[in-house]
Amino acid sequence: MLLGALVLLFIVAPVAGLLFSSSPLKLFETIKEQEVRQSILLTLLVSFTATALFAVAAIPFSWLLARYDFPLKRLVTAIIDLPVVIPHSAAGIALLGLISRDTLLGRIGSAAGINFVGHPAGIMLAMAFVSLPFLINAARDGFMSVPVRLEKAALTLGASQARVFLTISLPLAWRNILSGLILMFARGMSEFGAVIIIAYHPMITPIMIYERFTSFGLKYAQPVAVIFILIVLLFFLLLRFLSNKTSR
Amino acid sequence: MLELKNISRNFGGFDLRDINFTVRKGDYFLLLGPSGAGKSLLLEMIAGLTLPDSGSVLLNGSDITTMSIPARRIGIVFQDHAIFPHMTVRKNLAYSLHGLKKDETERRITNISSRLLMTGLLDRKPATLSGGELQRVALARTLIREPEILLLDEPLSSIDARIKSDLRRLLREIHRGGQTIMHVTHDYEEALSLATRIAVMDHGKILQTGTPAEVFQHPRNGFVAHFIGVRNFFPAKLITVEGLLYAVTGGDLRIRINDGQENETGFVMIRGEDIVLSERPLESSAVNSFPGIISEIVKTPFGIDISVECGELLHAVITEQSLASLHLEEEKTVWLTIKATAVKFISG
Repeated sequence: MLLGALVLLFIVAPVAGLLFSSSPLKLFETIKEQEVRQSILLTLLVSFTATALFAVAAIPFSWLLARYDFPLKRLVTAIIDLPVVIPHSAAGIALLGLISRDTLLGRIGSAAGINFVGHPAGIMLAMAFVSLPFLINAARDGFMSVPVRLEKAALTLGASQARVFLTISLPLAWRNILSGLILMFARGMSEFGAVIIIAYHPMITPIMIYERFTSFGLKYAQPVAVIFILIVLLFFLLLRFLSNKTSR
Repeated sequence: MLELKNISRNFGGFDLRDINFTVRKGDYFLLLGPSGAGKSLLLEMIAGLTLPDSGSVLLNGSDITTMSIPARRIGIVFQDHAIFPHMTVRKNLAYSLHGLKKDETERRITNISSRLLMTGLLDRKPATLSGGELQRVALARTLIREPEILLLDEPLSSIDARIKSDLRRLLREIHRGGQTIMHVTHDYEEALSLATRIAVMDHGKILQTGTPAEVFQHPRNGFVAHFIGVRNFFPAKLITVEGLLYAVTGGDLRIRINDGQENETGFVMIRGEDIVLSERPLESSAVNSFPGIISEIVKTPFGIDISVECGELLHAVITEQSLASLHLEEEKTVWLTIKATAVKFISG
């Protein structure tokens, strides 16, 4: 009991301490700063785009993982979890090696007028890289909970594989997928390590917190941190609310 | 017409081997076999959900062995119904009518739901339905697509006795309406009165195919005889004489019976083990007692099979000891005693 309480306190204390570190007036003043508002908007927008864009491919891919056995499936599943365990700065370095200007992807980007490095598109890739496993795993679990029988029945009723996916598998796995989407979105916008390597500017909020801390000190970084934590908490609560409903 | 030609498939530890049979248009084809005989796998193969290693499936003469599932005009009703839980009954029914005009869809839904007496269910969600209601929804959803052949996987096994007879009546009506049906079951009694043709299957092989009378009265081998358990199977009509109910067979054998409605037609069934043989009439409370002439005595793995001619050819099964103590021989006269409770009547 006591140990449990200590562990819990260890998690709660810093967050609670931080939340009460800044006066409401200070928070209000910080929100009024255009730089802060722009940064938060950028962070939410880029993470949202990353989630939406990658979902288009990741959700059908999760269905394949849930439904079919294929050679090296265990390896594929392990690869999907890789971004969770490797240091995110290392992930950033790896990604930079792939998209910097002298690589194939970099050149394709340049031809399309996008230089990934220092560009929201690059930030989006970094966010997606580290947060995608959360969506894929949640969606795969969701699809696995849909009885195969229902998909088979739909096929025998004359529906195409695509229609079965859209009308049977997707709606029935929807709650898990939604949790996965929110988790990916929340994880993506909290990312620091991978993003800072690819793009210091334009500045997403986690980097702004770091920059204010190193340049101006703790007191200056705290209000931004508080505001951002509150926003992330909002999505976190939404996620808990949805997954509670699912389990009932 | 559905034909299976030399269908084989290895499932690793379980094989379907050289499956051959034909379901003709308008047939009610009953595939009988114990659980694990491969019946459901065979249905999945016909529906295209599993592919055979070799052999072919023909529907009206054209090869559909590898045709995509949606393109086949084959309807299947699964044992667990597989009703889409997130859609109302109406949406479930409309699922296969994708692309049809709205009023045509409505017309078909109204049509099928009144035929299957389920108009009251249309706006319900599946979670609120009973097993029997789900079964009707599953049937309606499959029939609405007007399949060439309707495949039923143990449709009567998971519902209680009262609903079972309703559903049996419904299946008979659907069949009378011209629907070709292939019905898979491990329980011969449930669907005997429905079948126009029967196949018996065990361990991935078809052992015998024929009309119910052919298969029940002349089982080709020991397994078939033992599995179907009943060789005494005769069309009959119920009559009452002095307030007592009798089943009268085509051979004019009168058998006292306990349950049934006067003038009903159907089949009487008596298990061979339930016929008691004796040299003289037995003094007992059993109400069926009549003489007959032994036409054949055959040893089988399940006992001694004695065929007795007494208007119908009845088969009694006795033990070696009884055979010795009763001094039974072919051409000898013997008395048969059958309790009324041992006589089963299935209307059909």
